[in-house]
Amino acid sequence: MMRQMNRVTGALIFLILLLIANVSYIQVFEAKQLRSEPGNQRVLLNEYSRQRGPILVGSKSIAYSAETSDALKYLRTYPEGSAYAAVTGFYSQVYGATALEQSENDILAGNDSRFFVNRLQQLLANRKPAGGAIRLTINAAAQQAAMRGLAGRTGAVVAIDPTTGALLALASSPSFDPNLLSSHDPNSMQTTYDKLMNDPQQPTLNRALAMALPPGSTFKLVTAAAALESGRYSMHSVLPGPARIKLPQSSHYLNNWTGAACGPNNKTTLAHALAISCNTAFAWLGMKLGAEALRSQAKKFGFDSSFTVPMTAADSHFPSNLDQAQTAMSAIGQFDVKATALQMAMVSASIANGGVTMSPYLVSQILGPDLNTLQNAAPIAFGRSVSAKNATTLQSMMMDVVNSGTGSNAKIFGVKVGGKTGTAQNAPGSPAHAWFTGWAKSGSTRVAVAVVLQNGGGAREISGNGLAAPIARAVMRAALGQ
Amino acid sequence: MSVESEDTWLPGGHQVNAAFGQYKVSTRRGIELALLMGAWLIGVFAWVLVDVTTQSTSLAGWTSLLSAGLLLVLAHLAVRWQAPYADPVLLPCVALLNMLGLAMIHRLDIANSVRAVANGSPIPTPDVYLQLTWMVIGLILFIATIVTVSDHRVLARFTFTSGFVGVGLLFLPLVPGIGNVVNGGRLWISVLGFTFQPGELAKLALTIFFAGFLVQRRHALATVSRKVAGLEFPRARNVGPLLLLWLVALLVLVLEHDLGTSLLLFGLFTVMLYVASGRRSWAAISSVLLLVGGSAAYHAFGHVRIRFSVWIDPFSQASGDGFQIVQSLYGLANGGLFGTGWGQGYPQLVPFAKTDFITSALGEELGLVGLSAILMIYVIVIERGARAAIGTRDAFGNLLAIGLTTVLGLQTFIVIGGVTRLIPLTGLTTPFLSYGGSSLVANYLIIALLIRISHSARAPQELAEGAITTVSMP
Repeated sequence: MMRQMNRVTGALIFLILLLIANVSYIQVFEAKQLRSEPGNQRVLLNEYSRQRGPILVGSKSIAYSAETSDALKYLRTYPEGSAYAAVTGFYSQVYGATALEQSENDILAGNDSRFFVNRLQQLLANRKPAGGAIRLTINAAAQQAAMRGLAGRTGAVVAIDPTTGALLALASSPSFDPNLLSSHDPNSMQTTYDKLMNDPQQPTLNRALAMALPPGSTFKLVTAAAALESGRYSMHSVLPGPARIKLPQSSHYLNNWTGAACGPNNKTTLAHALAISCNTAFAWLGMKLGAEALRSQAKKFGFDSSFTVPMTAADSHFPSNLDQAQTAMSAIGQFDVKATALQMAMVSASIANGGVTMSPYLVSQILGPDLNTLQNAAPIAFGRSVSAKNATTLQSMMMDVVNSGTGSNAKIFGVKVGGKTGTAQNAPGSPAHAWFTGWAKSGSTRVAVAVVLQNGGGAREISGNGLAAPIARAVMRAALGQ
Repeated sequence: MSVESEDTWLPGGHQVNAAFGQYKVSTRRGIELALLMGAWLIGVFAWVLVDVTTQSTSLAGWTSLLSAGLLLVLAHLAVRWQAPYADPVLLPCVALLNMLGLAMIHRLDIANSVRAVANGSPIPTPDVYLQLTWMVIGLILFIATIVTVSDHRVLARFTFTSGFVGVGLLFLPLVPGIGNVVNGGRLWISVLGFTFQPGELAKLALTIFFAGFLVQRRHALATVSRKVAGLEFPRARNVGPLLLLWLVALLVLVLEHDLGTSLLLFGLFTVMLYVASGRRSWAAISSVLLLVGGSAAYHAFGHVRIRFSVWIDPFSQASGDGFQIVQSLYGLANGGLFGTGWGQGYPQLVPFAKTDFITSALGEELGLVGLSAILMIYVIVIERGARAAIGTRDAFGNLLAIGLTTVLGLQTFIVIGGVTRLIPLTGLTTPFLSYGGSSLVANYLIIALLIRISHSARAPQELAEGAITTVSMP
C-alpha cells in the first residue's frame, strides 16, 4: 500500500500545483486581457477610486482630480474651461475619455508599468495608488493667443517648435467645457453630451488634428520645394504666368485669383510666383514636375504618414493616379489634396528647421504621483524634406511673401517672419477655407504655425492674409515671448 | 517553519540517540503552540487591516477573535494531553486558513453593509460572527474527538454504522419538510431555524466506511482474474461495490443536483480502492465509469450542460450563466501579482464570494503571491496527512488517513479549479476558508482524526504496540 499512498499523495499535490499554475496564468499573463474586457466594471471603479494625476502646462494644472464627498471619490476639474479642450479632451464616467485623457490614461490612472516602484511602495503602505502626471509642451501664452484669435470662428491653430517638434499651441474652435462632461450628475451630463453631439458645429471635433481639408495655396510651398529639389529650378527661374491656362484634356480654364497675369509678358519667377500666389505658374510647374515628384516631396513633409502626438492625427493625403489636369490642380493644393493644420505647420517647421522634419509631440515629461520626473520626451526626427541650401532658399522666398507679397498681415516688427497664405475652394458656392502657415525667428527662438478657418473667408486669396495671418502673427508673437 | 531537519529523523518521528543507543522522542508540542499563535496573529492582523482600510471603526469582533484564540489554545492543550506525538503542523495550518477565511468574510460583511447603506436598504446581519461561532463549535468537537477517540482503530468497529449514517446524511435533504433547495441544489436541511449541509458530514462517515470495508475486502479485491492490454482486471463480482458507489454518486447528482459532492465521493472511493487493492485496473474502471456517468449526466440534465458550456466559453454569456465565473476571473485579474490589499478590491462583485468563490476574493485582495501561499498551505496539509497515513502501522489507519487527506485535497481542487476555470464549476465549499458551519465542523473533525492517526504514527513503538493489544479488529 505504501507505493499507492505515495502515488496518491503525489497526485493530490500535483493537482494543487496545477491550481497555482492556473492562477499564475490568470493573474499575470491573462490579467491584462481580462482587464480590457468591455464588461469589466472593476477597471472603471478602480480609476474612480484613486486620484487621477494632473495634466500640467508649465507648473499649472489644466486638469486635476479634486476630492469630493460623493461615492465617486474624485471629480475631474478643468480650471481653464474650454481653452484646452482640444488637448485634454474630457474624462467622463458615462462617455469615457477622449484626447490626452484617453491616450495617456495608463499614466494618469497610474496603471503604467513605469509606476511599478511607486505602486510597490504604496502596496507596502497599504494605500491606494495614485496616478502619475504629464507635463505638456504647450506654451500657455501661445495657446491663449490661439483661442483668442479663433473666438467666434470655426477653425484650428497649431504651433510647433521647429527644432524639436514640440507642440506649442493646439487649438480648435468652437470648443466645449470638459467640466460639464466629467460631472457626477448623470442628468446634466447627458443633456450636455446630447447637445454637443447634435451641434452642427461639432464642438468636440479636434479640428487641429482630426480634420484634413484642401490646403489651397499653402501647398505651393510643397510644389516649390519639389521644384528646387529637382535641381532644374532656382528661385529666380522664369516660369509662364498668364492670367489663365487651359487644363489639358479638359475644357476648363484655371484662373489666377487676381484675374491678371503674374508678371510682364505673362512671365514670372518662382520666388515672385510664390510671393503673389500665382496659380497658373504653379499649375504649369506641377505638370512639369509630375505627380510623382509632388507626392514624394509631400511625403517627405509628412503627408500619408500617421502621427501620434499621442492622439492620432488624421493622415494628410496627396492623391494618386492623377492625369495632367488633376496634377495641375493638386500642385496648387486643390482637387483631392487634404492636409491637417498640424501637417501644414510641419511644412513650415521643416523649412524653418533647415529641412529636417521633426515628429510632433505634446507630452514633454511623465511624472510620478509625487511629481518626480520619470521620463523626459526625446525629440525624434521624421526625416529630411529638402536640402539645407534649399531650405534657406525657401525661407527667403517665404519672407518675401510676408514682406512684399500676400502675407503682409503676419509681419512682426524686428522679427524674421516667413509664411504662405492659402484659400481653398471647398464645394462650389460655399465659402472657401482660409489658411496661413509660416514661421518666425527671434534670436535662437523659433516657432512655426498653421491657422485654418473653415469656410471662413470669401472666395479670394485675400482671406488667408485678412483672417488667418493676424491669428498666426499673434500666436507667433506669444510663442516668442513678445 | 524550519522546524525539521529530516535527516536526523526516522520515519515516525523517532530520533536515534547514538551515544546511548536509545530512542529519544520529541513531541514538538511547543512548536505547535508557537505556530498556532502565529496563525491566530496573522488572522487578527488581517482583520485589523480590513477595519483600517475600509475605515470601519467597529472592532466589535475582538471578543470573538479572543475566544477563537482561546479555543485554539484549548485545542492545542487537548492534543498535548491526549495525542502528544501528533503532527505539530496540521492544526496551525488549518487554523491559519480558518482565520484568513474569517477576515475575508468580515471584509465582505463590511462591503455588503456599505452597499446596503448606499441603496437605503436595511443593513444585513454580518455573517462573520456566525462563522466564528461555528469555528468555536468545530474546535469543541475537535477537542471532543481528540479526547474520546483515544485510538483511531476503534472507528473500524463502526464501519457499517458509518456507511448507513453516511448514506443517510447524504439523502437527508430529500426528506420532505426539512430539505431545502438553495441555488438549485437540494443539499440543505433546516431544523429549528438552523440550516445544515449534511453532505459535509457524510463524506467523513463514508470515508470511515470505505476504510473499514476495504480493509476487510482488500485481498479479494486484489485478486486478478484476467489481463487486458497490460492491465490486470478484478473479478466481476468484486466490481459490485464500485458500481454501487457509482450509483450513489449518480443519485446525488440526479436527486440533489450536487455535481461537486458527487464528483468528490466518486473520486474518493476510487482512490481508496486503488490504495487498498494496489491495482491500477480499479482506477481504469473508475475512469470509464466516470466518463459514462458524466456523459449520461451531460445528456440528461440541462444544468450539467450549462456548467460545461460556461466552462468552455464564459465570456459569450458574461451577463447570463457565465456571470459568476467571469466576475471571478475579473477579480483575480484585478488582484494581479500582489493584490489590491485587504479591503481595497471589489470581491463583493462576485456572487457567493463568501462561500464557493472565496478563493477569487482572496486572490483579488492578496494577489497571486497571497493565493499561492494559501494553496501551499493546502499542499502542506496534504503532505502532513499523507505522512500520517504512511507512518501509521495498521491498514485501517493507512486507508482512513489517506482517505481523509484525499477528501481535503480533492475538494480543494474541485472547488478552486472550478472558480478559476481550470475545470467546470461545481458547487463545493473551500475547506476551512469558505463561510459555512457544516463544512467547517466536518473539516475540523477530519483534522482531529488525522492528528489522532499521526500521533499513533509518530508515537514510540512500545506505546503504539501496547495500544494494539487492547483493540481487536472487527
